[in-house]
Amino acid sequence: MTYLDAIRQGIWEEMERDPSVFLLGEDIGAYGGAFKVTAGLLEKFGETRVIDTPISESAIVGAAVGAALAGLRPVAEMQFMDFIACGFDQIVNMAAKIHYRWGPAVPIVIRGPSGAGVHGGPFHSQSNEMWFVHTPGLKVVMPATAYDAKGLIKASIRDDNPVMFFEHKFLYRRIKEEVPEDDYIVPLGKAAVRREGLDIAVITYGAMVWTALEAAAELEKEGLSLEVVDLRTLLPYDEDAVLASVRKCSKVILLHEDTRTGGMAGELAALIAEEAFEDLDGPIVRVTAPDTPVPFSPPMEEYFLPNAQKVVLAARRLAAY
Amino acid sequence: MTKLTRQQLHDLYYYLRLNRRVDEQLVSLYRQGKVVGGVYSGLGQEAISVGSAYALEPQDFISPVIRNAGAMIIRGFRPRDLFLQYMGRRDGPTGGRDANTHFGDLARGVVAPISMLGETVSVAAGIALAAKIKKEKRVAVAYVGDGATSTGPFHEGMNLAAVQKLPLLIVGENNGWAYSTPVEKQMAVGSMAERAKAYGIRAVTVDGNDVLAVYQATRAATGRMRKGGGPEMVECLTMRMKGHAEHDDARYVPPKVFEKWRKRDPILLFEKYLAAKKLMTAQQKSAIEERIEREIREDVAFAEASPFPDGANARGGVYSKN
Ligand SMILES: Cc1ncc(C[n+]2csc(CCOP(=O)(O)OP(=O)(O)O)c2C)c(N)n1
Ligand SMILES: [Mg+2]
Repeated sequence: MTYLDAIRQGIWEEMERDPSVFLLGEDIGAYGGAFKVTAGLLEKFGETRVIDTPISESAIVGAAVGAALAGLRPVAEMQFMDFIACGFDQIVNMAAKIHYRWGPAVPIVIRGPSGAGVHGGPFHSQSNEMWFVHTPGLKVVMPATAYDAKGLIKASIRDDNPVMFFEHKFLYRRIKEEVPEDDYIVPLGKAAVRREGLDIAVITYGAMVWTALEAAAELEKEGLSLEVVDLRTLLPYDEDAVLASVRKCSKVILLHEDTRTGGMAGELAALIAEEAFEDLDGPIVRVTAPDTPVPFSPPMEEYFLPNAQKVVLAARRLAAY
Repeated sequence: MTKLTRQQLHDLYYYLRLNRRVDEQLVSLYRQGKVVGGVYSGLGQEAISVGSAYALEPQDFISPVIRNAGAMIIRGFRPRDLFLQYMGRRDGPTGGRDANTHFGDLARGVVAPISMLGETVSVAAGIALAAKIKKEKRVAVAYVGDGATSTGPFHEGMNLAAVQKLPLLIVGENNGWAYSTPVEKQMAVGSMAERAKAYGIRAVTVDGNDVLAVYQATRAATGRMRKGGGPEMVECLTMRMKGHAEHDDARYVPPKVFEKWRKRDPILLFEKYLAAKKLMTAQQKSAIEERIEREIREDVAFAEASPFPDGANARGGVYSKN
């Protein structure tokens, strides 16, 4: 099953299990969504539970909040996560602060494709998860595997908080694996060690998990052992898992597709410096995209994105430190 | 037209007077330096909050903004809730986490406003959407000022409600001003109602200083909506009788405008109506006044006795447990 099919199956199962779950977004009904994540759901669940909206990201999120306050569990699709900017206020000022200010739960999921690698250009490729990681009250999730995609979307739908669910569009049809047909969830806030290693911990998430694994396979031939940690949830993130791997390996690379300044790596570096300073045998190393918009033309996009080779080079330097 | 009983008319009078008295009390607390931040008064606009909220059913939802304390009180909040909120005290509905009218309660059908104008329109639309999905006879009411109708979220919310035929009532408070900006600089069309009509939303314009006109228009609109009619707007013409908040002396408003509207004070108009129709005795009136004074006294005392919250209460409650 592909990563994309796994998300669909997760949503499908939750809609079957819980009549309060419904979907809203642009072109998600008969068309099945720009990437077909919601294909077949209209036929199965009908127009009252799969709602095509006008092109109004603010209203999509706002209506999701209202419906959640009235007892439903909406799952809102952003056609591309880049368009979330148009619904930003409803997320950061409305949804995120309701529980803190006056108490109600806001069980909404806002999901959609993010990330680069498909030549989408500056407006269809961003990794804008950090806009939300800096907003208390939200949860931010980004699956890397098909198994997790299903388990995390189900956990997100069941969660009583607003969850930002970043799917990686590069992984949609490239990742295929056996996914159990049964009901399971992957808990939010728990990282996964994707590969055990001894020398360098690579902390990453999303599509870069695969990049890290590719680098690890190559470096193994040189006798360098990488541990790969997949955060899976960025807010709240699994501090214990990060620190455990750092303590075990004593060297760490923080890897993400997002741009450098203010990225997740900065947050992780601060945590590690505060909590595991004594355990480090080398500088904390970041491998990230540079601080630019995501460029369109393939050679420029390739230059922009971290890849296995960049991780390999960084790891060799760090190993020699 | 819904016929109102004498008791209902007295209720309306009570709420109008109470709303005004709460505002006056807030100004007094402000002058004593007890309010944290500004006071946003609904002076002269009470008939809109009161007439509309009084026309609703218990299962309905309202999404008020800053000048709708009257509507919130009709939904079951008390003057003390406003005093506590404005003074940032521990026992307020948000325990000091937010200010002024920024509080709500799902059990009372009140969605807490946020500062960002227009955003509550689609949230209220979402409540109406849930009513449609669950086949409940519930309407959602969003209050918006003339200025708020220039925001993008207002238009997105209106349009979504229109295409989905949601039971959303927009109560438009056209008080002529948005902070210092007159309505002509807010919109090139003549009224909020025209903005609504552009979306295929039925809209009427009523005298916002006539509590019965607001009540009847709300009643009629919500009645249609409960039978499956789509969203509607009731635009209420009124005047903000003060500056934007206490700090603002409103010198940009021509004095003649205030003079004209002072003669059309909503409480005065309603008193005249009640007197002309002999619907309230002097005794009944003073009983209401005494009740209000007692309630205000008690609630001010309660609010002033409430301590400030512990600083550490800033933490916690960011996430819902599950
Ligand atoms: C999106 C947004 N921009 C600016 C403000 C600052 N602001 C608060 S109230 C206000 C004027 C509102 O006018 P109107 O909607 O007519 O309501 P009224 O104050 O007249 O009741 C402004 C500009 C805000 N709250 N939200
Ligand atoms: Mg105004």
